[in-house]
Amino acid sequence: MIMPMTIRAIKKSEPGRVKAAFIRICAIILALIASSLFILLLDLNPADVYMKMVQGAFGTAYRTRETIVKAIPLVIASLGIGIAFRMQFWNIGGEGQIAMGAFAASFFALYMSDLPRPVLLFLMVLAGMIAGGLWALIPAFFKAQWGTNENIVTLMMNYIGLKWVTYLQYGPWRDPKSLGFPKIANFTDNAILPKLFGVHIGWVFALLLVVVVYIFMNHTKKGYEIAVIGESINTARYAGVNIKKTILIAIMLSGGLCGLVGMIQASAVNNTLSVEITGGVGYTAIITAWLASLSAPVILLVSVLFAALLEGGSYIQTVFGIPQAAAEILQGLILFFVLGSEFFVRYKFILVKKHQMADRHKITVGEEVH
Amino acid sequence: MDALISFLAAAIVAGTPLLFATLGEIITERAGNLNLGVEGMMLMGAVMGFMVGLSTGNAALALLSAMIAGACGALIFAFLTITLRANQVVTGLTLTIFGSGFSDFIGQDLVGKIAPEGLRLFFRPYSIPVLGNIPFIGPVLFRQDAFVYLGYATSILLGVYLYKTSWGMNLRAVGENPGAADAAGVNVTLYKYVHTLLGGALCGLGGAYLSLVYVPALQEGVTAGRGWIAVALVIFATWNPYKALFGAYLFGGLDIIGFRIQGLGINVSQYFIDMLPYLVTITVLVVVSMRKSKEKAPPKGLGNAYFREER
Repeated sequence: MIMPMTIRAIKKSEPGRVKAAFIRICAIILALIASSLFILLLDLNPADVYMKMVQGAFGTAYRTRETIVKAIPLVIASLGIGIAFRMQFWNIGGEGQIAMGAFAASFFALYMSDLPRPVLLFLMVLAGMIAGGLWALIPAFFKAQWGTNENIVTLMMNYIGLKWVTYLQYGPWRDPKSLGFPKIANFTDNAILPKLFGVHIGWVFALLLVVVVYIFMNHTKKGYEIAVIGESINTARYAGVNIKKTILIAIMLSGGLCGLVGMIQASAVNNTLSVEITGGVGYTAIITAWLASLSAPVILLVSVLFAALLEGGSYIQTVFGIPQAAAEILQGLILFFVLGSEFFVRYKFILVKKHQMADRHKITVGEEVH
Repeated sequence: MDALISFLAAAIVAGTPLLFATLGEIITERAGNLNLGVEGMMLMGAVMGFMVGLSTGNAALALLSAMIAGACGALIFAFLTITLRANQVVTGLTLTIFGSGFSDFIGQDLVGKIAPEGLRLFFRPYSIPVLGNIPFIGPVLFRQDAFVYLGYATSILLGVYLYKTSWGMNLRAVGENPGAADAAGVNVTLYKYVHTLLGGALCGLGGAYLSLVYVPALQEGVTAGRGWIAVALVIFATWNPYKALFGAYLFGGLDIIGFRIQGLGINVSQYFIDMLPYLVTITVLVVVSMRKSKEKAPPKGLGNAYFREER
């Protein structure tokens, strides 16, 4: 008699780390293959395109520096968003928090530019972090108080923050000397972050923050409480965690790091405030944080790779005339594959005979009765 | 009076894309799936509907392709979250990024093109006999384009489906307690797939309304955040298709109020008026969450993957 066979997925007791990494790498390779098909549709040679992308990101010292400049905001914003995500607080408001951080820092840069450089820069960092943190605190307060859906509120606040910066740029802060062109005046030199080894000093901040956030999340009581809330809010409640306070602190930190990104971008990259200041970092950081499974050291790695993808992406854009949107499609494809691969990290497959399945079902039903 | 009538009629037009997207997300969330990719699916529908409309000049084909495009986006979401049990929030966000890349890419040569004459004629306002002549109500509700009428019909059909048919009852059971629905013999996976795809198709229609009728031209990011407002409107409408009708038109009114206020000579910065829909959305969400009640709660199974073995 032929037994009918089926494949069943069952949950693994404990996914091995090496195996998990292997599966994720397989997913990225599959994503690259899928992207190759897409590139073939564009009548281009995928190998060529990938080679040029690597060259575009790391081909010369200048391009490598540019890649690092792109990676800095991603690292810091991903760290911030990662803290919120660890708590299962879906902070999609990175864009708004970056914009408001940049706004507050720019206020000092524009109106107190005669302060000595270290004092001014310190004030700008502080203002950026506080503004970003407070902007994030609004949805966090609603969430902690009434359980208001934070997905939507953080997102709506992006639009409000960006409209506010637009208002300043086209209205009260518009530089009269720019002759009809709607832009805010450039910062004076003492409001611009210094360079170290050819790249602005933000990279030092980023590296330090990776270490600080890693220690905070893994080796402090608060960090542990944040993770417990993320696992199960009831467990946290029974364990005596002050849930409201922890949510507010974690989100203040999350938004504060995004606000710092705003300060860095305004000061070191754009040398002024503008609507384009966020550059979509708030959204990209969601992807990088998730790809890195919210772990600080992995965030560093993934952010640099993603920055390379962006920088290489804009290079192939000029070489092959591929539109910018193609890079977005590639990002989406990669994340789809990695998201799908999580299933194979968490579950394993076994072949079972149909009648055994029925038996097993009976047994579980029996157990439930007990 | 005339000004009020024209404002309300315009609010309904502006609310129609929101209505389709909201209905789509309601049906998706009723199956227990929180798909935050509404914006992405709308964009995919907007560009595909416009492209097919431009090349064929056929309204039915244009709408059909917009629906298929939205459903394809939803299929990616469904496969990842239902079959592979990926995180719904992150998958939905990725779908939005992917959808906006996809539509920018496909539509790059079409941006700025105007919807073809034939289609614009097809979707011109049409007064319904008798109903269109009722004072006040007639010009507001019944002198609209075919798409708006389709919106009325879709809400009512979905409402009847959800509350009056056994399929609708099964669907609500799947969203509330998939385990119990499964035990009662409902095919949970099938229900989730079908309704997530249907929801995506409706979102695609909402996008097509923007590019084919409302603007009517293709712009980059033509949805401008409406997909997200639709996600909030689902909460505002408490997952009820009839209330979605009201919510969508209310927000349609907010969308156009800026122009009207400036028309009245009141001097408010355009940028502050632009913030209005977002501010109101936040306020609505906060108020809804403050006065929580059982009937206003989301489906209990929302956001969680269903896996028979982990029941």
